[in-house]
Amino acid sequence: MNDLGFPILSLMLAVPMAAAIACLFVSANTARWLALIATLVDLALGIVLWMNFDIGGAQWQFVERAALFDRFSWALGIDGIALMLIMLSVFLMPICIGASWEAIQTRVGEYMAAFLLMEVLMIGVFAAQDIFLFYIFFEAGLIPMYLIIGIWGGANRIYASYKFFLYTLLGSVLMLIAMFWMVNEAGTSDIPTLMAYDFPLEAQSWLWLAFFASFAVKMPMWPVHTWLPDAHVQAPTAGSVILAGVLLKMGGYGFIRFSLPMFPDASVDYIWLVFALSMVAVVYTSLIALVQSDMKKLIAYSSVAHMAIVTVGLFAFNRQGLEGALVVMLSHGLVSGALFLCVGVIYDRLHTREIDRYGGLSINMPRYALLFLLFTMASIGLPGTSGFVGEFLSLVGVYEVSSWVAIVSTTGIILGAAYMLYLYRRVAYGVIKSDDVAAMPDLTKREIALLLPIAIVVLWMGVYPESFMAPMRKDVGALEARLASAKPVGDAQVKLGATPVLSPAAHAEEGHH
Amino acid sequence: MAITLIVFLPLLAAIIAGLGNRIIGNVPAKVVTTLALFAACGLSWPIFIGFLNGSSTEYVVPVLSWLRSGDLQFDWALRVDTLTAVMLVVVTSVSALVHLYSWGYMDEDPDQPRFFAYLSLFTFAMLMLVTADNLVQMFFGWEGVGLASYLLIGFWFRKPSANAAAIKAFVVNRVGDLGFMMGIFGTFLVFGTVSIPAILAAAPGMEGATIGFLGNRFDLMTVLCLLLFIGAMGKSAQLGLHTWLPDAMEGPTPVSALIHAATMVTAGVFMVCRLSPMFEASPTALTVVTVVGACTALFAATVGLVQTDIKRVIAYSTCSQLGYMFFAAGVGAYSAAMFHLFTHAFFKALLFLGAGSVIHAMHHEQDMRYYGGLRKHIPLTFWAMMAGTLAITGVGIVGVAGFAGFYSKDGIIEAAFASGTQVGQFAFTIGVVAALLTSFYSWRLMFLTFFGKPRWIQSEHIQHSVHKTPEQAGADTTGGYHPHESPMPMLFPLGMLTVGAIAAGFVFHHSFIDAEHGAAFWNGSLFFDAHLMHEMHEVPLWVKLASTVAMLIGLMTAILMYLVNNTLPAKVAGALSPIYKFFLNKWYFDELYNHIFVKPSFALGRFFWKVGDEGTINRFGPDGAAVLVASGSRMAVKLQSGFLYSYALVMLLGLVAALTWLMVR
Repeated sequence: MNDLGFPILSLMLAVPMAAAIACLFVSANTARWLALIATLVDLALGIVLWMNFDIGGAQWQFVERAALFDRFSWALGIDGIALMLIMLSVFLMPICIGASWEAIQTRVGEYMAAFLLMEVLMIGVFAAQDIFLFYIFFEAGLIPMYLIIGIWGGANRIYASYKFFLYTLLGSVLMLIAMFWMVNEAGTSDIPTLMAYDFPLEAQSWLWLAFFASFAVKMPMWPVHTWLPDAHVQAPTAGSVILAGVLLKMGGYGFIRFSLPMFPDASVDYIWLVFALSMVAVVYTSLIALVQSDMKKLIAYSSVAHMAIVTVGLFAFNRQGLEGALVVMLSHGLVSGALFLCVGVIYDRLHTREIDRYGGLSINMPRYALLFLLFTMASIGLPGTSGFVGEFLSLVGVYEVSSWVAIVSTTGIILGAAYMLYLYRRVAYGVIKSDDVAAMPDLTKREIALLLPIAIVVLWMGVYPESFMAPMRKDVGALEARLASAKPVGDAQVKLGATPVLSPAAHAEEGHH
Repeated sequence: MAITLIVFLPLLAAIIAGLGNRIIGNVPAKVVTTLALFAACGLSWPIFIGFLNGSSTEYVVPVLSWLRSGDLQFDWALRVDTLTAVMLVVVTSVSALVHLYSWGYMDEDPDQPRFFAYLSLFTFAMLMLVTADNLVQMFFGWEGVGLASYLLIGFWFRKPSANAAAIKAFVVNRVGDLGFMMGIFGTFLVFGTVSIPAILAAAPGMEGATIGFLGNRFDLMTVLCLLLFIGAMGKSAQLGLHTWLPDAMEGPTPVSALIHAATMVTAGVFMVCRLSPMFEASPTALTVVTVVGACTALFAATVGLVQTDIKRVIAYSTCSQLGYMFFAAGVGAYSAAMFHLFTHAFFKALLFLGAGSVIHAMHHEQDMRYYGGLRKHIPLTFWAMMAGTLAITGVGIVGVAGFAGFYSKDGIIEAAFASGTQVGQFAFTIGVVAALLTSFYSWRLMFLTFFGKPRWIQSEHIQHSVHKTPEQAGADTTGGYHPHESPMPMLFPLGMLTVGAIAAGFVFHHSFIDAEHGAAFWNGSLFFDAHLMHEMHEVPLWVKLASTVAMLIGLMTAILMYLVNNTLPAKVAGALSPIYKFFLNKWYFDELYNHIFVKPSFALGRFFWKVGDEGTINRFGPDGAAVLVASGSRMAVKLQSGFLYSYALVMLLGLVAALTWLMVR
C-alpha cells in the first residue's frame, strides 16, 4: 500500500464525504465549523501526503486497489502531477469555506455539503487510477457545481447552468464511448496501463477527438468557452474560486493524463488545431476582457486566455512546455481564485460587480488595494510571482516548435497588462465617487486570513518554483519520453554560417576598421 | 558580501516602510529607507573604486536557485564586474540623493511611507537588473523597475491623468517586453542557456548563422539582437516606443529624476552594452541601433524646442540623450555610451531636481511661460541648474577642460565620425545638429525660468496662492508672490549633483574612453574597441570643434530670442506655423497610436464580444439548442431542475450500460 500504513487517499475522500453527510443534519453554524474542520483536516492530510511523497521514486505512489466487480475496481494512486493538483484543491477548499462564512445565509448545511462533496470529487479525479472511476468523479463533479450556481447563484443562474449542461453533455458522451472502446481494446481499465498502451494509429484519431470534445469544454478552449463567463458571473464567490481554481484544471489534467500519453501520434496530428484555437483564444478573449464592465466577467475571460497558454505549452511536446503548462495551471488556480476572492470582498460590501461603481478604494481600503495589486501583477505575469514562471516556460517551450505561435501567444502579456491594469485603475485608483463606497471598511481579519496564504504561495512559487516542480519532474520526463517519437520539428532550424569562425580576441582586432 | 547588502537593504527598507506604512508613520519610514540607500551607496563606491584602480576582478555571488526545467536552468545571483560597478554607483548615488531630496519635496504629502517604499523597491529592482548574471534575472529587474515606475507615475492616484500615464508606461513597455521575451526564447533555443557569460562567449561563433523565424530565414544574430533591442527601445523610450516617457512626468519630480532620467530609462543602453559581443556579431543590428538612436536624438530634440512645461522639456531632452547613447553603442563605442550614461545620470538628475526646486518655489506651477526672473529669488537653485545646463550643452575648451557633457557627448559625436562607416557619418551629422538643438532648448529653459521679467501672475497656481487675478495685480506681474529657496534636504542633493555635473567628465574620462586606460578599466565587461577609441581622439580638429560651434550657435540663438528680443519666438512660430505645430504636438505620435492601436483594440473587443460570442457562438450554439429543445418539448419551464437530473441520468445510464456490458461479455 504505502509507507504510512493507512490508505491516505481513501481517507482524504472519506473525511469530506462524512462531513458532507453530517452537514445536512446540523444547524447552520455547526455546518460552517464542521466544513472548516473537515477541509482543514484534508489540508493536513495533503501536507502529510506531500511530505511522504518520494520525489524521484516510483511513478505511482500511495496506490490502493480493491476489486469491486469484474474489471471495475476502486483504484487510487498519485504521481507528482496529481499530487500538486490535489494540493491545490485541498489548499483552496478551507479558503472557500471561509469565503462563504458570512456571504451564505440560506440553506447553509446544504451549501457546505455541496462544497464538501465537490472536494471529494476533485480529489477523486486526480487520484483515480481506474478509467471509469475517473469518469464518475470527472462528470459527477459538475453536479455539486450546478447546485452551487443554481441555488446560491445570481439572478440569471438558470441560463448559466443550462449552458454549462449543454456544453458538457456532448463532450462527456463522446468521451464515455471512447473509453468503452479503449477498455475493450486494451483489456484493462487501469489508467497507468492504458497510458503505456499503443493504440492503433487509425483509432487514435477519433479517440483523441472524443476526449478533446470533453477536455476542450472543461478547459475551456475557444470557441466552446462561452459557458464560463456566465457560470462565473452567476456563481457565488467561493463557487467561482473552485471553478477557476480547480475545475478548469481538469481539462488540462485530462490532456496530460489521457490525450497526450495514450494517443501521442494523434496528438501530433492535431497540434495545428490546438495551436490555432489557442492563438485565437489569447487575442480574442483578451480583447473581450478589455471591454468588460463586470468584474467577474473580465476575470473569467482572462482565464480563457491563460488556459490557452496551458494548451500551447502542453502541445509543444517538450519539457519546458509541459512543465510550464503545469505551473500555469497551479498558478492560475491560485491567482484567479484570489482575484475572485478580491471581487467577492467588495461585492459583499456593495452588492454589485459593476466596475464603474467603484473607484478610489486605495483611499479607504489600503490593505485590500495592496493584495489586489499583488494578484493583479501575478495575473499579468510579473517576474517574481507564480504567473511569470509558468507563462515563461510555456512560451519558451512553444517557441522551440513555432515562432509564430510563440509571438501570437506572447501578445497576451501586452493585452493582459492592459485589461488588468485598466481594471485595477477603475477599482482602486481615482477618487471615491459615492458615500456608500466611502463607507466600505478595509479587509477584516477573516478576509486577510483568506488572501494572505494565497499571496505567500504566489510569491513562493515565483521566487523558488523548485518546491512545486520537483515532484512533477519525473512524471513530465516520462511523458516527454512517451512523446519523443512523435515530437514535432521546430521552425527555427539554426544553420551555422559558412564563414570561418573567428576567436573572440581576433574578432575584436577585426572590428571597425 | 557587500553586494548582497547593497541589493537587499533597499528591498528590506521597502518592505518595512511599505507594510509598516501608517502604523510606523512618516519619519521612521523615511529614516529607514534613506539610511538603507545611503548605506548601499557607501558600500558601492569602494567597489567602483576597486575596479577603477584595477584592484578588483569580476565575481558572482550566488543567492538561490530559481528555475530548473530540463536544459533551462538559472539562478538568482549577483554579478559584479566593471559594467555593474559603474551602474551600482549611478543607481545608489542618485537614489540616495533622491531619497534625501524627497524629505523636502514630499514634506506635505499625506502618503509618504508609500512613496519612500516605492522608491526603495525601485532601487532594489534596478540593482537586480544591473547585477543580473542571466537574461531572466535581467528581465526580473526589467519588469520590477517597470512596476515601480508604474506605481510612482500613478503615485497621485486621484488624478486621472496620472493613472492614464501609469498604464500607458506599463503597457508600452510591455510591447518592448514582447521583443525582449522573444529574444530570450530565441537565445535559449540557439545557445541552450540563458547565462549571459556563456551566451557572450558563444555569440561570435554564430556570426553568419541563419534561423527560421515567422516563416522566413534570417541572419541568426540579427534576429536575436533586434528582438532584444525592441525591449531596450521600450525601456529607454526610443523613437516609436517613446510615447510613455513624456507622460511619465505626471509622477512626482524626484521620481522623474531618479527613474525617468538617471537610471531606469538607461536600462536599455545598459542591456545593449552588457550584450555588446552579441550585437558585434550582427552588423545589421548595429546599423539599426545607430539609426534608431540618431533619429530619436533628433526627434526628441525638435519636440523639446517648443514645449512649455519645464519637466516635459527635460523629459524630451532625456529621450534625446538616450538616443545619443544608443548611436554610440551602434557605432561600436560602447564605452562612450556608458560614459555618457554615467555623466548624464548626474547632470540630468540635477536638472530634474533643480526643476523640482523651481516648481516647489513656484507653488506647483510647471509652465515656463509663467516663470521669469527667478535668478535672484532662488539663487542656489539657479546656480545648480546652470551647472546642469553647462554640462548637458557640453561647454568646454578643446584640449583644456570642460563640464561633464563636454567629454561624454562630444566623445560620442567624435566616435560616430571616427567609425568611418556611412551610418556613422549619418549619426555624426545628426549628433551635431541635435547638439545645436540641445543647446537651444536648454538655454531657452534657463532664460525663460531665471531671466527676464517675472510673469508669475498669469499662473493659476500663483493666483490661488496670492488670491489675485492678473487684473487686480496690475503692473506688478509678480502678484506679490515670494518664491522661497528650497530647504536643506533638497539643496544638499543639488549640491552633490552639481559637483558631479562639473567634474564627472574631467575626472573619469581617461578610465572610461581612453584607448589604453579604457581597455584595462572595462576589462572585458563590455566589447571595448581600443582601435575606435584611439581613432576617436585623433579626429580632425573641425570635428572636435563642430559640436562646440553647434553649442554656441544654439546659445546665441537662445540669447537672441529670449533675452534680446522676446517678441521673436512668437514671430518665428507664426512664420513656421506648420512645423511649429508639428513639433508642439510631438509629431502626432499619440494621435496616431490612439487611432491605429487603442481605439481599434476596444472596438475589436466589443465586436468579438457582441458579434462573436453573443451573436454567433451562443446564437448557433447553446441558445439555438435551447430553442430546439423548447420547441420540441413543452417542458421548457422545468428545464432548470430538468438539466441536472437528465444530466445525472445520462451519466448513470451510461455507466450502468458500461458495467452491464463488461459483466455479460
